[in-house]
Order: sequence, then C-alpha cells, then structure tokens
Amino acid sequence: MTVTSTATDTPSPLPERLADATRDETSLRRFLHGLPGVDQVGVEQRAAGLGTRSIKKAAKRWAIDTAISMVDLTTLEGADTRGKVRALAAKAKLPDPEHPDTPRVAAVCVYPDLVATAVEALQGTGIGVASVATAFPSGRSSREIKLADVKMAVDAGASEVDMVIDRGAFLEGRYGHVFEEIQAIKTACGQAHLKVILETGELATYDNARRASWLALLAGGDFIKTSTGKVSPAATLPVTHVMLQAVHDWHQVTGELRGVKPAGGIRTTKDAIKYLVAVHEVAGPQWLDPHLFRFGASSLLNDLLLQRRTQLDGHYSGPDYVTVD
Amino acid sequence: MPDSPFEYAPAPESRDIANLKPAYRPFINGEFVDGAGEPLKSINPATEEVLAEVSTASKSDVDTAVKAARRAYEKSWGKMPGAERAKYIFRLARLIQERARELAVLESLDNGKPIKESRDSDIPTAAAHFFYHAGWADKLDYAGYGPDPRPLGVAGQVIPWNFPLLMLAWKIAPALATGNTVVLKPAETTPLTALVFAEICQQAELPPGVVNILPGAGDIGAELVGHPDVNKIAFTGSTEVGKLIQRTVAGTPKKLTLELGGKAANVVFDDAPLDQAVEGIVNGIFFNQGHVCCAGSRLLVQESIVDEVLAKLRYRVSTLRIGDPLDKNTDIGAINSREQLTKIQELVDSGDTEGAQRWTSPCPVPERGFFFAPTVFSDVQQSMRIAREEIFGPVLSVLTFRTPEEAVTKANNTPYGLSAGIWTEKGSRILWMANQLRAGVVWANTFNRFDPAAPFGGYQESGFGREGGRTGLEAYLDV
Repeated sequence: MTVTSTATDTPSPLPERLADATRDETSLRRFLHGLPGVDQVGVEQRAAGLGTRSIKKAAKRWAIDTAISMVDLTTLEGADTRGKVRALAAKAKLPDPEHPDTPRVAAVCVYPDLVATAVEALQGTGIGVASVATAFPSGRSSREIKLADVKMAVDAGASEVDMVIDRGAFLEGRYGHVFEEIQAIKTACGQAHLKVILETGELATYDNARRASWLALLAGGDFIKTSTGKVSPAATLPVTHVMLQAVHDWHQVTGELRGVKPAGGIRTTKDAIKYLVAVHEVAGPQWLDPHLFRFGASSLLNDLLLQRRTQLDGHYSGPDYVTVD
Repeated sequence: MPDSPFEYAPAPESRDIANLKPAYRPFINGEFVDGAGEPLKSINPATEEVLAEVSTASKSDVDTAVKAARRAYEKSWGKMPGAERAKYIFRLARLIQERARELAVLESLDNGKPIKESRDSDIPTAAAHFFYHAGWADKLDYAGYGPDPRPLGVAGQVIPWNFPLLMLAWKIAPALATGNTVVLKPAETTPLTALVFAEICQQAELPPGVVNILPGAGDIGAELVGHPDVNKIAFTGSTEVGKLIQRTVAGTPKKLTLELGGKAANVVFDDAPLDQAVEGIVNGIFFNQGHVCCAGSRLLVQESIVDEVLAKLRYRVSTLRIGDPLDKNTDIGAINSREQLTKIQELVDSGDTEGAQRWTSPCPVPERGFFFAPTVFSDVQQSMRIAREEIFGPVLSVLTFRTPEEAVTKANNTPYGLSAGIWTEKGSRILWMANQLRAGVVWANTFNRFDPAAPFGGYQESGFGREGGRTGLEAYLDV
C-alpha cells in the first residue's frame, strides 16, 4: 500500500485568511492565538463518551482489518539492527502466515541509517518505508543537521519522513522558526510524505496541541502526528480528538485532506477501535483510510492479529501464536 | 451515517433485565393494593407496544394514602432520630445501586430515553441523591436553620415523565431526610420505575406509610394537591399546571415549591472554545431528546461566529444516532408520547411559518414509535414562537447577538428563568454574565451538569424554591 497523492501534490493557493496568516511572525502568532481555545473538561468528556460505541461482528472485523492496514510498524531503538529490520519487514509483508488474507501494514518505520535495509526488504510490496529524521526524538540540533538527516533518509529511499518539531522554539513562542523549519523539511522531502510530530506530551496543553496542529498544516505537513513514543504521555484519545478536529476544519477551509497519526502507547485492539470511532465521528468517515490515518505502533499489530483470529476461529489463541519481532 | 463502511453493531440491552411484570399496582401503607381508579396502559414509546397495565388510584385512595402517611409521620418517622432515618435512606440508596441495571432498562422501556443516559446518568444520580440526603438526616441541627428544625409533616409530590426515577429521588430523598412522609404521584405515561422503587422501600423495610406511590392522571395529582391534610406540595412539570396548583394552594397553610418550564439561553461568545461549545450545545438541547426543563433550547451566538458555529453544529448533529433506546449506541431515543410528538410538530411548523430556517439531521429515523429527528432552526428572531415557547423536544432555536449587554438582555427576555449557559474563555465575563442572568443555574463552559449538592430551581414562570443542597432541605423544614 503506497501513499498516494493527497492534496500537496496539487497545491492550490490557500484561502486569503490562511495565506495572510503566514505572512510574517506577527501574523502567524495572531492567527494561532486567534484559534478557538480547547476546553479540557469538554474534550476529555467527549473522548470518553465516544469510547463507548459498540463495535461488533462485521463492523469489528472491518475495523480490525482497517486498523492493521493503518499500522506503521515501528522499531526505534538504539539497539536496532539490520536483522531486526528485515524481520519487521517480513512481518509487514505477511503479518499472519496462517491467514494470508490478512491485510498488510501501511509502512515500516525505522531510523534513517536503516532505511536502505527496509527499502530492500520491502521492494515491490507497496509497503511504505517511513523514517524518523530531524534529530529524532529531541529535535535538538542545527537546521543543517536536520536537513542532512532528512536527505539521508530520502536518498536511501524513504517514502515517508516523520519529523519532530522544535518544541523549545514553540514553547518560546517562536512560531515562525518552527514554521520555516517544517517548510524547509517539506522541501527536502521531495516526493516523500511528511509527518510532523508535535510531541503533544511536551506541549502540555490542548490549546498548544491545536496551535501546533495548525502550524504544521499551514507549513505543508501531510500528516500531523502526536508523539515520538519517547515521551509520556504519548498519544491520548483526547489529544487525537483535537488533531482530528484540526484536519476536519482544515478540510472545511481548504478542501484539502491531511492525515493524523497517533503514536506511542496504543497497544490493544480495543484502544485502536476507540481511535477509529473518533476518526469516524470527529474527522469524518473519509479519514478511515491509511492515506489519512495511521497508528504508530509496534506491539499493537500482534493484538490486532490475535483478535482477528479470535473473530475468524471463534477462540483466542494467545501470544505464542504470533511473532515477537 | 448510512454510507460509511463502519456501521456500529446494534448492542441492545436485554429487556429481560427489566423484570417487566404484566401488571403494577399502587403502593399504600407499605403494601401494593388495587387502586379504584381507571387502569391505564403504560406503553413503550419506541415501539408503541403496551408494556404493562397499571392500576391507578382513585380519589378515595388519595385519602387513604394521606392518612397512612400521617400515621407514619406521627407514630414513627417524624419522631425517629435522624441517625436512624439515615440508615433507612442509605439502604434505599444502596438498593437503587444494586438494582441499577434493572431500573435503567425499565426506565428506557417506559420513557424512551437512550440506555446510555438511563444507565450512566439517571439511575446513578438518583442513587447519589439518596446517599447525599441520607448524610444530612442526622446533621439538620447543624445545618444553620437554628437548633431544632422541624419536619412539615406529609408531603404531596407530583413529578413529570422526563426523568421518572431521578425526579422521584429529588423529591423523596430530601423529604425523608428531614423527617417528612410522602405521597407521590408519578407521571401518567411513566409510572413503572416509581412502582419498582416502592418494592425497594419494602426491601429496605421502610416503616409502612412513610412512602406511598399513587399512579394516576392529573385528577389524582389535583386531589393530592387539594387534600386538606397535606402540609407541603412539591411539583415538577409544566408552568400551566404549576399555576393551577398555586391557585389551589393559595390561602392555605401548605408550603409549596414549583419547578416548571424553561427556555434556557445558551450564550456563545466569539472567544469560546468552539468545538467544546458545540458539544455543550448538543448536550444542552439533545440530551434526553430535549425533554429537559433546563435544556439550552435558545442558542445565542455572537454574530461574528454564527456561520462557523452553525456549520460545526450541523456536522456534529448529523453524527447523532437516533433509534432503539435500548441500543447502547443510541444518542437520541423516542419522544415520550404521541401527544408530545404532536406538540413538537406543531411548534416546529410555526417556526417554518414564521420564517425561521429549518435544518433537520439527515439521520435515519425509525418508522415505528414516536421519534423526531434533531432539528436546528437558524435565523430565529426573538418575536417568534420557537424563541419564546418551551418546545420540550430535540429542537434548537439559534439567535444572534452583537455585544455582551445585548446577550444579557436577550437571554433574560423570557418569562422563564431556570438555567443558562455561557461559553467564553474570559473568566471575568463569565462572572459578570452569571450575575446578570436571571436563571437558577448558570453553567460556564459546560451544560446540564447535576449534583445533589447543587441547588436547582427557577425564577419567574420557571417556579420557585430550590431542590438539592442545603438550600433544598429548607423546603421540607419548618424554619
């Protein structure tokens, strides 16, 4: 499954209000601070409420398959090796050998130096290779090094780049700096799709999460992503609600479709389905598609596979029946 | 949304949990007895099927019940130390919790409200009211009413059909905690959970006569209100009936509290947290199908953001699911009765005639049963009937304002005054508005939140007296 075009391949001029927003630092600040606030109690209540929808039988089978096809199978450890990446790629291609009809995952996500290995292992499968770049996970380096990091990943064949924003600059209120950096990285990505990691756990408030979402969308990010997975809290349902609302609103204003990727801490099928309900009801049914929604996860896939088997076989088989890579 | 591949599976609660019986009878002096009134059939508004036959009280039954309540008041309940009364009330609270699922399913069957609301809101809050008031029973001497506040005697209580068990709890819990005995008439269309509550009174071994429940129509309510041996009347329901009651009670020593209709203003400023405001608007008017006297049925939006709010609101409302109240996915259940459905329809038609812009959710609506699709009127003017009269259904009227002063003026421009909502990120404006608004409850950046400790009641035609909290106890005490 390749990432096909979303709106960024056919750039259309932004509506005046948005074009004006990025004219200079002052306009950008004014725009971001002019966005409606997010009420914490309200958004958490809504997230909890939507979590109680009942997904069963056909809908559950559909949800599990869809969730599998949305997984960015991820390994981001200092101890990653080529062997580990090849194992992951094999699993991405054939997640459940006993049920070959199981959908493939959307992408495999690795560090830049392992992109070549992943690309080779996934050749011809249509599965994307995503790479975290830009001095992941802290983002604390010079622009040159970040760009070089991206170039390294893209040159090695990464079809998707997951960048981190400079949270320090964001919290200092230097929105222009963050905006330009995202733009520069977007350019460096070329054909590769850009996912912008906001690290919402460090931004701390929902207001910040909303502003950062809009900042990333204005700067041309194809996806907005919650977290690196290295900071707690990582993805949460309420913060994902805020981001889904942002892409929904972006679509209303520009007609463009941008994606959302919660990452980190989503481990169970039950949780994944709650996210799908949020996608369905907050952003809209159109977003129930790997082009517009991804799960950044490593262990989620196994639970999805086990639950998929439970649906098909009528009984739960247990963690020894799936691979541990 | 019918075109989505992601159809939620129906997840109906089993109706067997409700332990529905073919017949229910009035509860007088600790026993279920045959009422001498014309029996009524309680129907399920979602399917129009008959749920059960209910024997109703006659005028002579009202007298018997009041006498039983008087005896219980004089012989046991009124003299009992508060700590003893508390034990009984705590027991009622725990039994409601134990039988919560049964009560929730029965409530949804009889009333038509979605199971998620009866299960997560009505029944837990009803239990909470008994717990809260049980705690007061032995502390009345220290509640600030002087050293020895006295109960009033026999309380006659008449409750509506929109929150059958919750309204019962609001009425009975403070009455018992303060040492009064009770004769309660549930609404004609929703008597079942009240009669299961009568079973709970038996289970709790409440002394006979302390609680009496008389199903019946308005004439039985009128008889109860007019009974010379009743010391206190508490009524929740329509303003029209409230006025009749006030006339009856005028000139008698009876104490009276009325909790009547409303046409609450929900005021959204341009700096509000818009997405949560939209949630609050939806919760304010579509909760319990809009059968809420404090529903935020008049939305006042600052002119500069009205298009944005309407767009967001329509999108959000179109995701609401209307249907089988027992399905856990259902957001909006059935209208309680055909009569109410006709009334909603009539007012909505007047909105069309008077030139408001009507938008109805495209959601599929069940063919059988009494259902009304969520409806939002925009371009509503103050002079229109839909801006002035209580619709008591899932119908929202959207008006606009320009300045905070105008918002206050418009919000207060109603004969009612039960509740109001304010949506703004500016704390000072919240406090300023809350002081200006003539409403019993003012919610800020939220709506329809209830707590037994928070007093609830109205201004003007929304009635008088407060229920809940320390203030609510006063209505049942001679202070």
